[in-house]
Amino acid sequence: MNPIYIKRRRSDIIIRFLCLAAAIFGVAWLAMILFTLFYNGLTGLNLEIFTRNTPPPGSTEGGLLNAIIGSIMMTAIGVGIGAPLGMFAGTYLAEYGKHDKLSPVIRFINDILLSAPSIIIGLFIYGAVVVPMRGFSAIAGALALAVIVIPVVVRTAEDMLRLVPNPLREAASALGLPRSLVIRKIAYRSARAGLITGILLATARVAGETAPLLFTALSNQFFSLDLARSMANLPVTINNFVQSPYPYWKQLAWSGALLITLTVLALNIGARMISAERKPK
Amino acid sequence: MDVAGPYDRAKALSAFKLGDSVFYWATRISAISVLLILGGIIISLIIGAWPAMREYGFAFLWTERWAPAADPPVLGAVGPVYGTLLTSLIAMAIAIPVGLGIAVFLTELCPQWLRRPIGVAIELLAGIPSIIYGMWGFFVLGPFLADTFQPFMIRICEGVPVLGTIFGGPPSYLSLFNASLILAIMVLPFITAISVDVFKTVPPVLKEAAYGVGCTTWEVVRSVVIPYTRVGVIGGVMLALGRALGETMAVTFIIGNAFRVSGSIFAPGTTISAAIASEFAESDGLHQSGLMLLGLLLFVLTFFVLAGARLMLLRLEQKAGK
Repeated sequence: MNPIYIKRRRSDIIIRFLCLAAAIFGVAWLAMILFTLFYNGLTGLNLEIFTRNTPPPGSTEGGLLNAIIGSIMMTAIGVGIGAPLGMFAGTYLAEYGKHDKLSPVIRFINDILLSAPSIIIGLFIYGAVVVPMRGFSAIAGALALAVIVIPVVVRTAEDMLRLVPNPLREAASALGLPRSLVIRKIAYRSARAGLITGILLATARVAGETAPLLFTALSNQFFSLDLARSMANLPVTINNFVQSPYPYWKQLAWSGALLITLTVLALNIGARMISAERKPK
Repeated sequence: MDVAGPYDRAKALSAFKLGDSVFYWATRISAISVLLILGGIIISLIIGAWPAMREYGFAFLWTERWAPAADPPVLGAVGPVYGTLLTSLIAMAIAIPVGLGIAVFLTELCPQWLRRPIGVAIELLAGIPSIIYGMWGFFVLGPFLADTFQPFMIRICEGVPVLGTIFGGPPSYLSLFNASLILAIMVLPFITAISVDVFKTVPPVLKEAAYGVGCTTWEVVRSVVIPYTRVGVIGGVMLALGRALGETMAVTFIIGNAFRVSGSIFAPGTTISAAIASEFAESDGLHQSGLMLLGLLLFVLTFFVLAGARLMLLRLEQKAGK
């Protein structure tokens, strides 16, 4: 055979092999991380985790109840504030803002906020909420999470509303429906799956966020539902426990880590399934 | 409500009108709040950083010493800025070829039935919270590297100029290199996801034509796919770089938190975000302000990188829309 063919064949095979190796490399990390989490976290995962509060240093009994409740509360409030705001902003960009000169700017800034470092959001909330309130608080943590939720929801809401075919809106308008009702009754309904996907993805994103909570919500060793005070939460508790010298704390940290990861992955997969259901149509 | 008389009609119309404008303004104000958030971030960082800016001025940028406990405190950004840039750079050097390789595999080589599982696995990698990466890096990857890879590299490069310094020193659980590797794994999904998306924008006719004249897969990728999507790929890479620069928890666990510039990548260091994460909660006064100033530096840095990325991707969108 012509030597040029052999050379081209050879480099092609090498590159194909390298691409395969890269794919295996990528999937292997996921497998290794999940394996480590299950290996270290599964043994400690029992009912006590969900029924008892975090133990004091050195103690060998206790769970993560206060941290789990705190995380759920802060995530819920964060998403509860961030998701409607993001939905409205996305609605404006997709429905009203087509001829507004401000829209491209908002879209651009939103895309930057989407990838802004979460620790910077923490600093922002520290300066804007923690300092004026003179203390760490759960509400500050929830607000930090809301700031992270907003750009994610804005982006998906706009994208999903743009997928709604215009004739639907025109038909509704032709029946005499006012604009706001066209959006609420027609556009929202036909984009519902996509909008839910966006909110789920945003929840998944903030459920495991640690950096913005470090100096907004701080953490709390005790059970507390007071939004104006520091509140225990899973990520910061994991962060503190895993670096401690106490084996039981470390064990709890690994179980908490497994719990968080499974929750986040479940949210991700759930979001994917909802949006996949719609696609084939 | 049963009979729609003229009176009801007027009432309904005005209710509609009111509802319309309330809804319009609610959405408009929400949209503008996105800008307000950006403004709020910048203003609160500047206010927080102001005392440190007045105290140190531009010298902050080229002072290496970081001694918050000294009287008066001496603070300099060189260590964290160096660590931030170096770790991101090494991470990108690893993640770009691997990420592109996976993207090529997924779009050109992979059998159809395997495409979805691998794609989902890579995307799930992006969903894992960063603190998990940190724990994993600290307990699994760090010891592994310090026991195998690092001694190996140190032995090979010993005595070689330049390389001997870069790969020098005792192996360490906590090092710039370990942090870089974790960062590389974390940004891999971003590069892959965007590359796959932009690779799909290549018109099939172009690829078919290239295959038709006898090109191998590698030649098609190199001469058709990559040139066609170059802007998009660069945009994706810069997006990933923006992530790497600001990544916090994963790095904090394994970088060692040492404020110095060291020639060896196996030595401990720190990054801006790691410095803030580990010191901010216990800081006050000038020290806290200095950390705020570091945060401001990081924000400006990532802002420009991310803005560049978005402009690149926008250019590609316009091209695709033509």
